[in-house]
Amino acid sequence: MSTEVKHEHIVPVHVYVLVFVALEILATATALLAHLDLGAFNAVIAFAIAVTKMLLVVLFFMHARYSERIIHAVCAVAVFWFGIMVVLTESDYLTRWWHTR
Amino acid sequence: MPSHPESAVERSGAAQVAIQFDNAGQQRVAANMGMWVFLSTEVMFFGGLFLSYLVYRHMHLNSFIAGSNDLNFWIGTINTMVLLCSSFTMALAVRSAQVGKNRALVLLLSLTLVLGLVFLGLKFFEYWQHYEAHHIPGPGFVFDFPHLHHLASERGVELFMFLYFVMTGLHALHMLVGVSLITWLIIQARKRAFTPAWHNPVENIGLYWHFVDIVWIYLYPMLYLIDLSKK
Repeated sequence: MSTEVKHEHIVPVHVYVLVFVALEILATATALLAHLDLGAFNAVIAFAIAVTKMLLVVLFFMHARYSERIIHAVCAVAVFWFGIMVVLTESDYLTRWWHTR
Repeated sequence: MPSHPESAVERSGAAQVAIQFDNAGQQRVAANMGMWVFLSTEVMFFGGLFLSYLVYRHMHLNSFIAGSNDLNFWIGTINTMVLLCSSFTMALAVRSAQVGKNRALVLLLSLTLVLGLVFLGLKFFEYWQHYEAHHIPGPGFVFDFPHLHHLASERGVELFMFLYFVMTGLHALHMLVGVSLITWLIIQARKRAFTPAWHNPVENIGLYWHFVDIVWIYLYPMLYLIDLSKK
């Protein structure tokens, strides 16, 4: 019984360079934007940039884009479990004082 | 007479397929998956702290703003850049192992190691600054509100600093583990232990290193950035 595995994908150097430049630009952007008072959007923008940086690292540096489906499944499970923890906990904490408002 | 499998493994990188696997490809994917499963447990490990931060930030917003504004923005920012550079050199190191460029592998791993040590050096310098300022949570904690907000409290800032130290401390501990693993990789690579056919340790320690970088990608905005403009 043999399991299908993909051939190891060799990512061209220029892809790594582009991802690295994008990461440093995003880091600079988030550092600069933090100095402007954008109200609640400071957190939203910072979080959006962090997610983008994470996706670049996971998809290219960690090769998830070229990986087997089993590895995609493990990634999805990690996000899903973390989502359960955050959503269920915050659905308690964020709603505790609603009746007093 | 067949040679002992262990010695065959040491002589030729291409022969390193353990008995339970059909081929080197299957072995590589199994090793990768093991690392990804470990990293997903790490998501929950750090995730618990991220969640505590979210909950307490909501409860003590003004104290968290005061505490966050007291951190060293420049050290946080430079460390972010340094860590991204180290992820880049690590990605190139893994590629060098894949294509069998051993000298490049040793060089890139060494660069990654140096960048990791720069990060840790700056981090501990920052800790020393907190120590000097009596900002370490505990009996000696003092905070005199340079950007005074009437709704912030010393206990609230202490809670912020407590979460800051646990989160960045756990991250720094992971960096120390990563630095040790990379040192081991350099020693092995100098012995030409890795070949295009077998370099699972380089790949998996690379995955670990990138994960630790991702943790910092979130710690940086949470601790240093989102409250910076809210003095």
